[in-house]
Amino acid sequence: VTSTRATPTVVIGVGNSFRRDDGVGEAVAEHVRDALAPVGEWVQVMARDGEPARLIDAWDGAGLAIVVDAMRSGGRVGAVHRVEVDPLEGPPPAELLESAAQASTHGAGVGEAVALGRALGRLPRRLVVFAVEGEDFGDGPGLSTRVEAAVAEVAALVVAELAP
Amino acid sequence: MTHKAPAGRTLRVEALARVEGEGAMHIETRDGEVTDVQLRIYEPPRFFEAFLRGRAHTEPPDLTARICGICPVAYQMSACRAIEDACGVMVDGPLEQLRRLIYCGEWIESHTLHVYLLHAPDFLGVDSAIELAETERAAVERGLRLKKAGNEIVELIGGRAIHPVNVRVGGFYRVPTRRELAPLAETLERARDDALETVRWVAGFDFPDYEHDYTFVSLREPDRYPVLQGRLISNRGLDVAESAFLDHVVEEHVAHSTALHAHLGRDENYLVGPLARYNLNAEFLTPGAAGAALDAGLGSVCRNPYRSIVVRAVEVLHACETALSIIASYEEPDRPAVDVEPRPGIGHGCTEAPRGLLYHRYEIDESGSILDACIVPPTSQNQPTIEHDLWHVVEDNIDLDDAALTWRCEQTIRNYDPCISCSAHFLDLTRDDR
Repeated sequence: VTSTRATPTVVIGVGNSFRRDDGVGEAVAEHVRDALAPVGEWVQVMARDGEPARLIDAWDGAGLAIVVDAMRSGGRVGAVHRVEVDPLEGPPPAELLESAAQASTHGAGVGEAVALGRALGRLPRRLVVFAVEGEDFGDGPGLSTRVEAAVAEVAALVVAELAP
Repeated sequence: MTHKAPAGRTLRVEALARVEGEGAMHIETRDGEVTDVQLRIYEPPRFFEAFLRGRAHTEPPDLTARICGICPVAYQMSACRAIEDACGVMVDGPLEQLRRLIYCGEWIESHTLHVYLLHAPDFLGVDSAIELAETERAAVERGLRLKKAGNEIVELIGGRAIHPVNVRVGGFYRVPTRRELAPLAETLERARDDALETVRWVAGFDFPDYEHDYTFVSLREPDRYPVLQGRLISNRGLDVAESAFLDHVVEEHVAHSTALHAHLGRDENYLVGPLARYNLNAEFLTPGAAGAALDAGLGSVCRNPYRSIVVRAVEVLHACETALSIIASYEEPDRPAVDVEPRPGIGHGCTEAPRGLLYHRYEIDESGSILDACIVPPTSQNQPTIEHDLWHVVEDNIDLDDAALTWRCEQTIRNYDPCISCSAHFLDLTRDDR
């Protein structure tokens, strides 16, 4: 893995762990943190609530940013979608990012952060989004069974993405 | 959707399904008269009140911080103060100063987010902050830089950028050294300049010509602009201890909303938040903020709710200056927290969240187990006033076409920076000519 202090790699779990399946981003991030624990330094793992300005701060200057978020598009619960966002051109994959935004803490989320970051030239060099289909976005902690079951798989996908 | 005022019409603004901040607006008119205004706002605190029962007295700061991603510090501070009140503990000195410092960070973050990314587009005729970034890139960059200064305070004192984990009943788990605070001061020097520039920027906006003789309610601290504690006061003579909050504020269910509406006494609407704080406490602004308010033309009393964006900007400057002065005089406390031993009783805590008064009340038993919890957030207090404003705004602008009128209504709702601010971007309009 090539990563320097100047172009760090970040893994960002997005969501609110007190809104059931919206906590999947943070759960995956924790899993990735544990998986990487022996080598730690070269990747920063963090949780964010999806508010666009905080997301932009989190990935600004990164060589690679991997964002994990919940989504609800009506698809199979626990399904994982991978989207790579072009930092310079082309529309963000709107449908996917909007359905992720609907499941994020403040309505505004990854999709808005991508659009705002691009307008300001503040996207990472590479941005990969993993969106996990959730079903329960009610109050309280704890993922639904099928989303919980997907956490390890998504974490493995993230770790694989980090490999050179 | 381009017509002159039809005989009757319905403006219905519905948020798409989302996790937090569900809200909807419904307005009906008949022959140029408004016949109905309903605002529905989703309220997470109701869930948390039940969730907290049976928990330990040490848990509310961590748990209630989860209610809002934008103002977790407010929830933590009201929770801490209410529990400490129940246990007969007063936190003062450097620990109290650190509480004020982290609260400054939250005001800077929350207000700046609202001013730049949510409310400014309403005044500048653009659809979103993304469009604003294209037309006024330097301004948006300034906003993000300023907001980041607030983030840095919350992260340093709170231990995390979101849902701070370093706050506890009695104080903190760990307190910063003077040396650790030094870089923050450098950031805040720059933020102060950005904040002043923000006041000048928003003061130049066009403000709709609307005023109302509101009842303003805020905290009053003896010698400073209110944030952490104080008496509950109004411009109509209210002046009581925060423990009397529920003797004066009455929450009621209304048919069109699952959220509670709050009134003073039986039916008096009131307003909490920046406008109320400013109108009742302007003499305690820091000198720079007071000067900026004067230059921005705010006057001693401001009754135009659209100018709340200017007051927010002034409060950001005040928060930057306050934070700088706290850092300059900071002495590391002997210990990071005072002991808070449980005892049976009831405690009250009222603090000034960015969007207004946030009241917590807890009843605990001798082991510290929570028997009852009550949380009154600012948005439920402002909700009847927002509906009142919408009523008049629609009447005054009945000739606008639907798109323009909906725009004005959303702008009006955002004057209060309610939790639905973000979702208002998803608002949808249908019309119904009758």
